[in-house]
Amino acid sequence: MYDAVIIGAGVIGCAVAQRLALYKGKFAVVDRAHDVSEGASKANSGIIHAGYDAKPGTEKARLNLKGARMFPQMCAKLGVLYGKPGALVLAFNEEDKATLEALLQQSKENGVPGCMIIDRKRILRMEPLVNPEVLYALYVPESGLVSPYEFTCALADSAAENGVDFLLGRHVTGLEHNGSHWMVRTEHGDLACRAVINCAGAGAEPLHNSISTKPVRIIARRGQYYLLDHEYPLRFTMTLFQVPTLMGKGVLVSPTTHGNLLIGPTAEDIPDGWDAATTRQGLFEALDKARLTWPSLSTRTVITNFSGIRAHEANGDFVIGAVEGAPEGAFEAIGIESPGLSAAPAIGEELGDWVAYWLGAARNPSYREPTPIPKAFGQMSDNERAAAFENNPDYGRMICRCEQVTEAEVRHAIRRPVGATTLDGVKRRTRAGMGRCQGGFCSPRVMQILCEELNLDPTQVTKFGGDSWILSGELADGAEDLA
Amino acid sequence: MSVREIAVDLLIVGAGPAGLAAAIAAREAGIYDLVVLEREDWQGGILQQCIHNGFGLHRFKEELTGPEYAKRDIDSVRVLDIPVKTGTTVLSVSSERRVTAINRENGLHAYQAKAVILAMGCRERPRGALAIPGTRCAGIFSAGTAQRYVNLEGYMPGHRVVILGSGDIGLIMARRMTLQGAKVLACVELMPYSSGLTRNIVQCLEDYDIPLYLSHTVVDIHGRERLTGVTVARVDDNLQPVEGSEIEFECDTLLLSVGLIPENELSLGAGVTISPATNGPYVDNRFETNVPGVFACGNVLHVHDLVDYVSAESALAGQAAAAYIRGEVPTGREIAVQDGEGVRGTVPQRVKLSSGEQTTGIDLMFRPTRVYSNAWLVVRAGGKLMLAQRKMIMTPGEMAVVTLTPAMLNKFPDAQAITLEIKQTRPSD
Repeated sequence: MYDAVIIGAGVIGCAVAQRLALYKGKFAVVDRAHDVSEGASKANSGIIHAGYDAKPGTEKARLNLKGARMFPQMCAKLGVLYGKPGALVLAFNEEDKATLEALLQQSKENGVPGCMIIDRKRILRMEPLVNPEVLYALYVPESGLVSPYEFTCALADSAAENGVDFLLGRHVTGLEHNGSHWMVRTEHGDLACRAVINCAGAGAEPLHNSISTKPVRIIARRGQYYLLDHEYPLRFTMTLFQVPTLMGKGVLVSPTTHGNLLIGPTAEDIPDGWDAATTRQGLFEALDKARLTWPSLSTRTVITNFSGIRAHEANGDFVIGAVEGAPEGAFEAIGIESPGLSAAPAIGEELGDWVAYWLGAARNPSYREPTPIPKAFGQMSDNERAAAFENNPDYGRMICRCEQVTEAEVRHAIRRPVGATTLDGVKRRTRAGMGRCQGGFCSPRVMQILCEELNLDPTQVTKFGGDSWILSGELADGAEDLA
Repeated sequence: MSVREIAVDLLIVGAGPAGLAAAIAAREAGIYDLVVLEREDWQGGILQQCIHNGFGLHRFKEELTGPEYAKRDIDSVRVLDIPVKTGTTVLSVSSERRVTAINRENGLHAYQAKAVILAMGCRERPRGALAIPGTRCAGIFSAGTAQRYVNLEGYMPGHRVVILGSGDIGLIMARRMTLQGAKVLACVELMPYSSGLTRNIVQCLEDYDIPLYLSHTVVDIHGRERLTGVTVARVDDNLQPVEGSEIEFECDTLLLSVGLIPENELSLGAGVTISPATNGPYVDNRFETNVPGVFACGNVLHVHDLVDYVSAESALAGQAAAAYIRGEVPTGREIAVQDGEGVRGTVPQRVKLSSGEQTTGIDLMFRPTRVYSNAWLVVRAGGKLMLAQRKMIMTPGEMAVVTLTPAMLNKFPDAQAITLEIKQTRPSD
């Protein structure tokens, strides 16, 4: 029997798992996806918000501030890139300026340091490509960036290194309390546990409502994005927001930690929380709105587009703690939309500690600090590259030419504690296939390495598990003659 | 840890048809100290996966398969004892022609070259560049990637196929997949004309009864895990989908053959200026870029239809690089070459002449911006008519060539700019 089972292997589930690993006990993370970070955690803006946006007194405000402060050190420990380029919230009319004033006031109440309102001249000096019709901006020096999936994968590794089981590709179909403990029903057998923690993102509502007398309403809010190729020099160095709307923070234009530009998201409430398709209208809207910030935006360097599903709780705040109206031992972190990524370390710490306290778990004396993820070849200096090769000649074979990912890194990604088992898994951990050719050149090579490492036949390799196969079978005849 | 640096006269990036032809020509022009770096584990580039025939008609006057065509150059390279290092990825090229590379044998190493020829080829445009909406399921391949799976790895990427784009690789794959037992349901082309060669439309689609939907595009992609279908719609004159014209195709595979992009990331790092019309470097008639001693040829310069022309162009680049290494640079006048009405992507973009009388002609390569029939190709020098040629048919799918003959060049000794244009009616002066 598990002491605790976490449902959901996104950034929240993994952050809770990593914190719980500080304690003695038997813990598991279960997810229907075949990898961690397959939901909203792989498809969001990757902004570590400074915390000016959330209403003072809310959980969002408190945990955003606390989480954002934890990021730099956590990322350093995990070996994940983190940047703090700052942000501008742009105002294009006097009405918007009033909103900026309110945000500035809010930033002070929330305790965000350094925010100020600046004028056009200063904005254009900082970011010359911004629409010159801009009047004012809220300058937010504390706004940061992280790759959300790299962060999530690293959290999962740290948890797994300390014995947390990752049960992936297991869809939770129900939750039951039998008087003494919980049964987590899955398509591949049941998991008995003392505590259950619902971190199921867009899928959290039915789980909560099946065990609680106080139902919640989680609205799936889809956001569509464009990703642009990296170009030097960077067109923008800071995250550029527009003034927020009722539906969220609006469409942003932001660099990523890897020097790409991200444009989006839209905000559309959709009935199906798993429908991460893009639409013609949504993609049009993302570009159209972004052009207010960046009038000369060209789609010439677009390399992909995608959408992510935010889990918006009807009352608009995070819901964290013991599940109200449910039997003992049920916990949750639900409604974790923006600034959920920023708050994730704080949510993980608080909820992990809370569950450990409830379990009466002692500190794990053999806890191991995270093994930092090795620096990517693409980020290395020449001397570091030469040294890496001396230690491992696999650094000499380039797999992904667009992002300069070597064989050593692909093999490492597969061998990590929660290792990649799919093409997308390798992509999120190494960036192979993330670049301008979108895997056109590297996917056959990555596939070959996956087969070698995991002892698979090429027809068994998938994009992201399940029925997402790549190759249907060997050529009917004469295949060997053709090569 | 210091990085080993090797001095070399000529370094060629890429051992595809362009790099090999350039290497052979440079070697024959007397350059012995040269090296070719190739990222794949084999020479010949993308030809090795093009197992269909139709290569070499112009150069060898016979029909070869891709690997057969490549073998001729690979054999020459071996006979000439030109070092080709495969499995070696170039990481950077500087404007001073310092080249860093990595491979399994030597690790990180560097070259200081007197001249560099860029011959990296091109890559396929991916789905993201088109912003096709829908799910991000498995089963969407660029046609060249699918070709690699089938022809080099021996695996089929699916059973029921729709092809978006009528580029040559897509057309070739329509036939290839059909021959391997797949059902190719449609080839869908956004434009009102195909961007592929006419012979491929006939031999790869018509011969197999595969319908070609011109002025159509894919407007939605279905399937949560593996592709289950695509929605195709007709487009209007502004290339926007027409509501109500949707056709649903049940398929597990979508191949994209929607354009090739010269792969110039290394060039940009060297300070090479890229033309928005070709997506390749601006070059002169010696294929030298704006960076002295850095040359470019083949599909990295502009996307060709036929490898024969890649080889011919690259041989000229190899000779020019050899001359540059010997210190021979033209000292005559310079003429700018410009795209006029109906013409796009003329290469070279400038001509550097030797002083005195001209004795050799200069080929200008370009594409028409649309399909023209019974039109006039017009070359003007500073507004004055230099040449007018009647053309039966000109299409963006087939690169066109016009030669500036020595006679033409000598007749306009003061020309500073030459413009190519296509006119529907015979031009008067």
